[in-house]
Amino acid sequence: MRRIISMLMENEPGALSRVVGLFSQRNYNINSLTVAPTDDVTLSRLTVTTIGDDRKIEQIIKHLNKLVDVVKLVDLTDGSHLERELMLIKVKVSGAQRAEVMRLADVFRGEIVDVTPTTYVVQLTGTSDKLDAFIAALGDTSILEVARTGVSGISRADKVLNL
Amino acid sequence: MLSGGDMLIRALHDEGVDLIFGYPGGTALHIYDAIFRQDKVEHILVRHEQGATHAADGYARATGRPGVVLVTSGPGATNTITGIATAYMDSIPMVVISGQVTRDAIGSDAFQETDMVGVSRPVVKHSFLVQSAADIPNIIKKAFYIATTGRPGPVVIDFPKDVTDPAEKFPYEYPETVKLRSYSPPQKGHTGQIKKAVEILMSAKKPIIYAGGGVVQGEGSEELTKLTQTLGFPITNTLMGLGIYPATDKQFLGMLGMHGTYEANMAMHEADVILAVGARFDDRVTNSDVSKFCPNATILHIDIDPASISKTVTAHVPIVGPVKSVLKEMNSQIKASSNKVDAEALKLWWENIEHWRQRDCLAVESAGELIKPQQAIQALYEVTKGDAYVTSDVGQHQMFAAQYYHFDKPRRWINSGGLGTMGFGLPAAMGVQLAFPEATVACVTGEGSIQMCIQELATCKQCQLPIKIVNLNNEALGMVKQWQDMQYSGRHSHSTYADSLPDFVKLAEAYGHVGIRIEKLSELKEKLAEAFAMKDKLVFIDIVVDQNEHVYPMAVKGGAMSEMFLSKTERT
Repeated sequence: MRRIISMLMENEPGALSRVVGLFSQRNYNINSLTVAPTDDVTLSRLTVTTIGDDRKIEQIIKHLNKLVDVVKLVDLTDGSHLERELMLIKVKVSGAQRAEVMRLADVFRGEIVDVTPTTYVVQLTGTSDKLDAFIAALGDTSILEVARTGVSGISRADKVLNL
Repeated sequence: MLSGGDMLIRALHDEGVDLIFGYPGGTALHIYDAIFRQDKVEHILVRHEQGATHAADGYARATGRPGVVLVTSGPGATNTITGIATAYMDSIPMVVISGQVTRDAIGSDAFQETDMVGVSRPVVKHSFLVQSAADIPNIIKKAFYIATTGRPGPVVIDFPKDVTDPAEKFPYEYPETVKLRSYSPPQKGHTGQIKKAVEILMSAKKPIIYAGGGVVQGEGSEELTKLTQTLGFPITNTLMGLGIYPATDKQFLGMLGMHGTYEANMAMHEADVILAVGARFDDRVTNSDVSKFCPNATILHIDIDPASISKTVTAHVPIVGPVKSVLKEMNSQIKASSNKVDAEALKLWWENIEHWRQRDCLAVESAGELIKPQQAIQALYEVTKGDAYVTSDVGQHQMFAAQYYHFDKPRRWINSGGLGTMGFGLPAAMGVQLAFPEATVACVTGEGSIQMCIQELATCKQCQLPIKIVNLNNEALGMVKQWQDMQYSGRHSHSTYADSLPDFVKLAEAYGHVGIRIEKLSELKEKLAEAFAMKDKLVFIDIVVDQNEHVYPMAVKGGAMSEMFLSKTERT
């Protein structure tokens, strides 16, 4: 099953490589990974999406918790949560396609953030599924480039990941 | 005010370190100069950095105190990797200090530059790159704290050369305490879980205690022995746990697993309750197919590392905590409990076990004057009265030592169980002998393993270490050959080299030691005794043994624990 694991880690050199290294050395999957500073300058927040059965996910969480740089961790998929991913997608558009892609972007509540006579860059935010659906909906439109941020997430209501 | 190099050595002293193992080189020279100018921390010069890590490891296993290694950058650092991985797999506390090129040269492919933090990352508990000399006291404190607490393990500290510059001095104060918000090893087991485990133990009909290396590292031997004897349950130890329960006691069934005894493996397979203590259900215990592992057992698992619990075999009652305190609480709960063990069922269970025991799976068949490797270990046990520190290398000799030398105390049996590192035995013995100069230290090895770190004979000479090397010489990589016999129709691909073996007696003499060769069973004990009587000399005892011997019992590949080969012709 797909899981979104979010963690606060020490903002130290090498911390990220320990997390990434753990996944590769124990043969765990990483589907996406995002990392950025938080409001506390000593901490970074890292979010990883991975796939595995319950036993594997339990091991991943235990091993992540063992890393000295990982301060606190939550499996967002354990409870009600929000997940968002941002995508910038560059498509080749001409003629009637221009209006069609613009309509499609509208339907998905995306924005066209760059326009040339032959291309659009569409910016889209949402769950990974929604971004996948947009790509599928583009159909025959020629995709020149896709830049996705990977999943970021947060728990709903009063459940928080902080110290 | 102290320079970075002086601070490092001073901090080691303040941490209680009096002995380190190392090898100098360019980026470590400021540190080596700091060593020269003091007399609190003694440095042992090895002949290869791998030897330094194994020696520090042996020291740590024998004493319970962390082993410390100092090496230079580049090849000095990479040569420690095997030793660090060895310590990591067996959860041994160790601190490895490596030199590094200057901070401004890092990343420039400078002479003898290696990304040590990166290279060692998968085999360390944690690592540090020192960015500023002022951080040194804090980093050393943290490194030792992390290495020695929780599930112990190796920690690397990489020191850029300019950080140790003698011209730059900083105020020095060694911190008394350390606090890491992201690291808090468990201090105590969950009382409710312990209670649940005790209730299950009390109603068990076919119980067994399966205890491993965690009990050595967690100093839980006394509480474990008390628990086992109070309950009257059978106990088996893993390869890493030998000695935590007296092997000569009648409740001890011997080692379990791939080369475990028939009675230990049968009792595990038939058990209805397994109390696992500081053991990790390693594949050498469970065999490759865990679905066949102990099908009827309720599993109670005590371990300080939550990641060891339900990793391969699901624990019905997990207890995360230090084995010593958990066992202590278990003992007091049992004492206070109104429940008693099921004596009737236990009696029947022991009858079963005695029946398995009668099979006498470790009986040795004599072959005239030809020495069986098992007989060599039996003789070693008798000559040293079971009281030696025994280090070993890896292979058949290791298994024979584990089976035939009966350890009654923890920290006496020192071997590389997890990683299985050939070359470990001799340097590990140096660490033990330096920790206990008066003790009898035997390194059980084979002519394959010993040649992997043979250069340390020179260190032994320099430090006057009277180690006794017991070389079971079968002129082959015995364990490889055994597998080739059993699984590859006897095709001995690259496992023999009889025509190119050195004369070990002359070799020992060339290094300034004593060498003897034993070829006949009738002279085995007498010559061994003579060697061990040379209290102040290293003696290389080259024992010519049966080349066709296999280690039995041996688990059947992919089978349950009850499926074993008991000899070349018998299987269960």
